[in-house]
Amino acid sequence: MASLLRFITCGSVDDGKSTLLGRLLHDAGCVPDDQLAALRRDSRRLHEGDAALDFALLTDGLDAEREQGITIDVAWRHFHTPRRHFIVADCPGHEQYTRNMATGASQAQAAVVLVDARKGLLPQTRRHSYICALMGVRQVILAVNKMDLAGFDADVYASIVGPYRELAAKLGIAAVHALPVVAPAGDNVGARSARMPWYGGPCLLELLESVEAEWAPPARFRLPVQWVNRADADFRGYAGTVSGGRVARGDEVVVQPGMQRARVARIVTADGDLAAAAHGQAVTLCLDREVDAGRGDVVSAAAQPAPVADQFGCHLIWMDEAPLLPSRSYLLRLGTRTVNARVTAIKHKVDVNTQAELAARRLELNEVGYCNIDLDQPVPFERYADDRTLGGFVLVDRQSNATVACGMIDFALRRAANIHWQHTDVDKAMRAHAKGQKPLCLWFTGLSGAGKSTVANLVERQLAAQGFHTYLLDGDNLRHGLNVDLGFTAEARVENVRRVAEVASLMVDAGLIVLVCVISPFRSEREFARGRFAEGEFVEVFVDTPLAECERRDPKGLYRKARAGEIRNFTGIDSPYEPPQRPELHLRADGHRVEQLAGEVLARVRALQG
Amino acid sequence: MPSLGHLDELEAESIHILREVFACFRRPVMLYSLGKDSQVLLHLLRKASFPAKPPVPLLHVDTLWKFREMIALRERVAARGDVEVLVHVNEDGVRRGISPLLHGAALHTDVMKTQALKQALDKYGFDAAIGGARRDEEKSRAKERVFSFRSAQHRWDPRRQRPELWRAYNTRLSPGENARVFPLSNWTELDVWRYIRREGIEVVPLYFAAERPVVARDGALILVDDGRFTLREGERVEMRRVRFRTLGCYPLTGAIESEADTLDKIIDEMERSRVSERQGRLIDHDASSSMEKKKQEGYF
Repeated sequence: MASLLRFITCGSVDDGKSTLLGRLLHDAGCVPDDQLAALRRDSRRLHEGDAALDFALLTDGLDAEREQGITIDVAWRHFHTPRRHFIVADCPGHEQYTRNMATGASQAQAAVVLVDARKGLLPQTRRHSYICALMGVRQVILAVNKMDLAGFDADVYASIVGPYRELAAKLGIAAVHALPVVAPAGDNVGARSARMPWYGGPCLLELLESVEAEWAPPARFRLPVQWVNRADADFRGYAGTVSGGRVARGDEVVVQPGMQRARVARIVTADGDLAAAAHGQAVTLCLDREVDAGRGDVVSAAAQPAPVADQFGCHLIWMDEAPLLPSRSYLLRLGTRTVNARVTAIKHKVDVNTQAELAARRLELNEVGYCNIDLDQPVPFERYADDRTLGGFVLVDRQSNATVACGMIDFALRRAANIHWQHTDVDKAMRAHAKGQKPLCLWFTGLSGAGKSTVANLVERQLAAQGFHTYLLDGDNLRHGLNVDLGFTAEARVENVRRVAEVASLMVDAGLIVLVCVISPFRSEREFARGRFAEGEFVEVFVDTPLAECERRDPKGLYRKARAGEIRNFTGIDSPYEPPQRPELHLRADGHRVEQLAGEVLARVRALQG
Repeated sequence: MPSLGHLDELEAESIHILREVFACFRRPVMLYSLGKDSQVLLHLLRKASFPAKPPVPLLHVDTLWKFREMIALRERVAARGDVEVLVHVNEDGVRRGISPLLHGAALHTDVMKTQALKQALDKYGFDAAIGGARRDEEKSRAKERVFSFRSAQHRWDPRRQRPELWRAYNTRLSPGENARVFPLSNWTELDVWRYIRREGIEVVPLYFAAERPVVARDGALILVDDGRFTLREGERVEMRRVRFRTLGCYPLTGAIESEADTLDKIIDEMERSRVSERQGRLIDHDASSSMEKKKQEGYF
């Protein structure tokens, strides 16, 4: 049976990567005649009568790329020989698109790294090899290209291969196969070259047919549940793909992250029930007793359950134009589970060219960092080195829904396992009952000088007069104590809001009606704050005063200083404010008396008290 | 345990993708064109949800110029009753009398296929549309994601696609966005035929060689499928032994001369073929990058 190999090609812009790949497809006999004719036509058109075929045109697909002469995205190509089917991720070489390389490498079993014989190892060679290693690609084929322009010199070749082997060993790449090639002419691509008799090894196609296809698959049984199949009232099956090991009918399993145990009653497929299923098979499991399981849970071998934790040390590759802000809440997808996560510390970032560890406050597009990450619930996981499915995750921005990073779990942080949630007998409901009120968080957001504190102060006075138990958390006041260490950069603002939200959440837990006055300029953080509270407890109050009016009032003289350049990162001037899209209360403060605005808030509080 | 064969691996991956759609979208639909890829996709859809019926309806965007045998297959699938079959026609195009014979391939395809698809997606409020496109079909498709996101205007921006790592698909939609999902991304044309043979999947008989009435036009062999077809000066209908590699609107789809009248012979012919699959589609030949342009405009 023919096997399948997924590999990636990577190299710098001018190394001739597209040409090599085009040549490989051609030599494998996988370029149809009509495409070959189009290639002949396009080659002539682009190169003004030069008769040679430009094989790069076979793979440089999009109009935008042809104009710029670069490959802007990962392209997936297919070809086959009688021995193997190949799926190639054609990965662009130039700097801005490292994220695409990581994407290609995430599914690859091997990599072809291309080097120009005249230039030797470039920073990008090291970068690409590092990313391959980071993404778990353990086999590299080093193709030293343009040997014709280096006089087919064996010494030039040796002077590149030697240092590369050292680099690969340092990076943890298990196997390096090297060979000299001339991509346009096809030397050592589809057939061995007569022009370099000093090289006695196989050509590229032969190498690709022979490299190991299976990197060690995870040995312990794991099935992340994708979808619960309820075909009828009696049938309840857990559908998913076996991501590790093997399961047989009758095996004892555990549904994680919980501890519910059961035995496998049936392994259902459309082609009939199976006695056993292994790594890579898409099946539906029926268990012998009722368990509470759903999408995101992992069915594991009961004797070898996956570790469960909510804090990890991990590598992150940042893939978005907006940088990583520590403390900001992102969605994390691991296996089939989606949870909330925050990066609590960037331990260091990695210079991908030298692998040096550097201090960092944030991660920018295409940067790699080693980070601590904190989840809002414990999840079953594996180390990435052992299991790509339960060790590799993506981060998603809650506002834009963009995939902003990929992460590779290194290990669980000890603290998570050692710090337990201490149960208390008196709970929020009892505390609230004693106070005779429903606890709430009134979150006032708006520009500096919008009138948040003025309105909140009046609301609190009136609530107190009516016998409610309240507390007002003022952003400025907190910066004198709890948040004295924080400045006004985007990172510091995120952390500021996080702390205020946590304190407000404790106070609501204590049964209080809490009024929070912070500019809280970013939607993400306000959404994070909302997530700390139960449904109906969080009331976002947008104090909407036009910037011009705030600046006219300028009660603390801050706008004047900001305009004079004496204060940096001032919201509304040189730092953005993202207005709420659906606040519970929208106070249009311009031209209304403060009593009227406070009245709107009080009416809402009374309505919620029921 | 022996490792999975190549087709088993592709099948499992496709089922995995379909189950992600079942779990992550509010109102998904499968675009059903009645071609061989659609038939494979329907087969996989049934496998993915077994023993439940497919939780996703099929949508056929009917240009009213499909081969009659395709419509007959659609009626057979609908009659089986395990999956809902929706049919959408661009009535505005019908009123305007849009025809591939009078208005040409580009306008007909835009109005009756691209515009019609957008209409149907908006009409039913579908948030994910499963399609049978494969990366090996055409160069611009080689860059397509498995989960591909379109703006509220159904446009595709190749520069703003989400990176897709492992199988950790990000299926979140922003307001107004919808997703196109391609479970057959990693299949080749040959894989599709081998799978059809292995699984005994029914396909439109036009894929098999037979004596058929055809007209040679613009370098292609066009089947005279009904009375609307009009002959140009000097053209004549002749009986030839032909079959189709892809199926679309009959006046726009070229047949190939072939003796392959069984699955074994088709696969044998494919293995020796030196011509790419979409070569018979007149619509693809406007300009070298026309598929990329059509995709940006919302063509599937």
